[in-house]
Amino acid sequence: MSFIDRTARSFLLAELVSGMALTLKYMFKPKVTINYPYEKGPLSPRFRGEHALRRYPNGEERCIACKLCEAICPAQAITIEVEPRNDGSRRTTRYDIDMTKCIYCGFCEEACPVDAIVEGPNFEFATENREELFYDKDKLLANGERWEAELAARLEADAPYR
Amino acid sequence: MPKLTVDGIEVEVEAGATVLQACEEAGKEIPRFCYHERLSIAGNCRMCLVEMERAPKPVASCAMPAADGMVIKTDSDLVKKARNGVMEFLLINHPLDCPICDQGGECDLQDQAMAYGFDSSRYAEKKRAVKDKELGPIVKTIMTRCIHCTRCVRFSEEVAGVGTMGAVYRGEDTEVGPYIEASINSELSGNLVDLCPVGALTSKPYAFTARPWELKKTDSVDVMDAVGSNIRIDARTGEVMRVLPRTNEDINEEWISDKTRYAIDGLKRQRLDRPYVRKDGKLQPASWDEAFAAIKAKVSGLDGKKIAALAGDTVDCESMTALKDLMGKLGSPNLDCRQDGSKIGGPRASYIFNSTIAGIDEADACLIVGANVRAEAPIINSRLRKRWRTTAGDFKVGIIGEKWDPTYKNDYLGAGPETLHEILDGKNEFAKVLKASEKPMIIVGMGALNREDGDAVLAATRAIAEKYGMVSGEWNGFNVLHTAASRVGGLDLGFVPGEGGLVTNDILDGAAKGDIEVVYLLGADEVDMSKLEKAFVIYQGAMGDAGAQAADVILPGAAYTEKNGTYVNTEGRAQQGWRAIFPVGDAREDWAIVRALSGALDLTLPYNNIDAVRSRMVELSPTFASLNVPTKAEWTDFGVSGDMKSDGFVSPVRNFYMTDPISRASVTMAKCTEAFVKDAAAEKVA
Repeated sequence: MSFIDRTARSFLLAELVSGMALTLKYMFKPKVTINYPYEKGPLSPRFRGEHALRRYPNGEERCIACKLCEAICPAQAITIEVEPRNDGSRRTTRYDIDMTKCIYCGFCEEACPVDAIVEGPNFEFATENREELFYDKDKLLANGERWEAELAARLEADAPYR
Repeated sequence: MPKLTVDGIEVEVEAGATVLQACEEAGKEIPRFCYHERLSIAGNCRMCLVEMERAPKPVASCAMPAADGMVIKTDSDLVKKARNGVMEFLLINHPLDCPICDQGGECDLQDQAMAYGFDSSRYAEKKRAVKDKELGPIVKTIMTRCIHCTRCVRFSEEVAGVGTMGAVYRGEDTEVGPYIEASINSELSGNLVDLCPVGALTSKPYAFTARPWELKKTDSVDVMDAVGSNIRIDARTGEVMRVLPRTNEDINEEWISDKTRYAIDGLKRQRLDRPYVRKDGKLQPASWDEAFAAIKAKVSGLDGKKIAALAGDTVDCESMTALKDLMGKLGSPNLDCRQDGSKIGGPRASYIFNSTIAGIDEADACLIVGANVRAEAPIINSRLRKRWRTTAGDFKVGIIGEKWDPTYKNDYLGAGPETLHEILDGKNEFAKVLKASEKPMIIVGMGALNREDGDAVLAATRAIAEKYGMVSGEWNGFNVLHTAASRVGGLDLGFVPGEGGLVTNDILDGAAKGDIEVVYLLGADEVDMSKLEKAFVIYQGAMGDAGAQAADVILPGAAYTEKNGTYVNTEGRAQQGWRAIFPVGDAREDWAIVRALSGALDLTLPYNNIDAVRSRMVELSPTFASLNVPTKAEWTDFGVSGDMKSDGFVSPVRNFYMTDPISRASVTMAKCTEAFVKDAAAEKVA
């Protein structure tokens, strides 16, 4: 009996018809793909992307070289060197992140007592060679300046849950 | 011996012990800020509260004498609540700046706040702020962080003996600091940084440079003076960041001098990092092979009598052993480890600190001859001061030589040998003191022995020692205080002229005349280089100082932080230090350089590793067989009695902060010199 049934279905192209029917059904449903890079998906304020070093509104860099991020970093991707600045304040002379080592866990951001190092919304920082992924202080501060509006908004959005 | 119960554990402590000590005996940890076992008891932080049965309220265990039958509870709810309360009060005015505080990570307050602190503050009023004090080039102050434990006040008063620190005003307005705006003029001021339980006093040269958790800690021995203080070298990424004391009750307790602690920044400048050979009158960079070839060209075929070797003040025993053996193979008897030409080197008892440093705690009178102990060995001076304090002033100290301020009561007896004669003849008042005391001691400094009549001075001091019973039975109070870390080791190894050999001054004169053609300076920088102009000078060492300038061949060696080395301190105690970082550039461990040179000269020395060198050292002297324990020396005849010149004894240390190539290259030591020594020099001129 099953033999006759199967043969009949196959002669009537039943599989094809049901497949095409499914295709037709999806043609009328809303699209799930987006037109990346012209369109982008929504990101949580907690998304952990490219790092940035922030500044205070008056231009003073936030980082006080406490080295907590360096200590907490499970991948040991952060290297910091410190010296007293001329005005006697504690500042980094070197703040390097090896983005190839980084595992984007966000611990550095959690550890920072002054919200200086943050992981921003940017995930499009692919480079042509490895060396460009060894970020130094200038690069990180530049990131901070570029993304500051969004960084501040994200921190504010997430503040009630911290 | 009171017996008391701590948390159900019965302990017996010595009479006079405190409840805190009893609790520690029972294995209970008591939090504390103001209490420090080497300082007097203040009892003002209240962190050590414990519950005592039949007492109406918690008691401060550090200030409560232990008594028979006490029942102490250290972990009851009441105790916890009391300590929480104390902690909350301490944190009222303490700033929350741990991330920028150098004490962060090794802070008592931070640690104890983890156990006793609340997670948030209930304090909404204004926090106080205190103006920072200027304490000189070594101690940095952030006085807002101060919790008024007064450890620094007690330390400077009791141990350092400079009563410059104090607490002024009362209650919330209390400020700790110098009474008048003045730097702490003490050789021990760096210890304030260790003592401070919070970050109020931190180290200025080390400010912000590293965190305690990223430092690699290596046990070592100090070479800045002959005390052999036990130190811990903290290094990070191939760089020595700081030096801290290690506790050794027999030597430095837990203090170290400022030079020990801060001269290490000298190791970052003026280093010899590659071999050099003098060509056309100029030192040119060379390879090791070229340097060895230059030496071989000069030395091969030369009569051994025309070769001489001098060992410097901070050299390790391994390299002296290797050089001594090499000189033996070259057939040269001219070797000396006494750069200053001091007349020491007879029987062992004649050149070591026989009573040992811990022995000072038993002595009841001390005669200091030709030594500025405070500048030559601040740790020993603090030990003398401690003895003077614990005996409530019964420890009588007489000083012969220059006038200096020992920070404790003393009798200045005279400037030179005449006073020695007076004492020997019993004409001096101090002779009675010595006679009356049971365990008198004499400290003879290099200032008395580096003179031409050093032998006679040595004989005179020996006569004094014998006449006043300084050597009797187990007690030997005849002490020589060295200024060079390598000296006793060199003498023990026999790094002294062999048969027919020349001593330092003769070697220099011989070189000036042209009789000595090759001089091997092993880290020796303190000799008169102008006499070496004619000779072919080989300089092996770490620092580009006087010796390197005079050299024809420079062999870059390792500094004391960069090699495993054995050093014998002034007591005759052999101690080993470990390598904290690797030598800079092409520099190598010193014994290995001598061994490599011996191969190049076809006189290969019979050791290939440091263990073999060390067994050779044991062959040369039994000192090295027992590490960390001073071996007692037999009291035998030494010294040559004779006429002494009438000139006063002059201490060889003119500036405590700069005594060797490392401290001379140090920025911190230069700042200290500027702050503390310059005006003293100006006074002298005026």
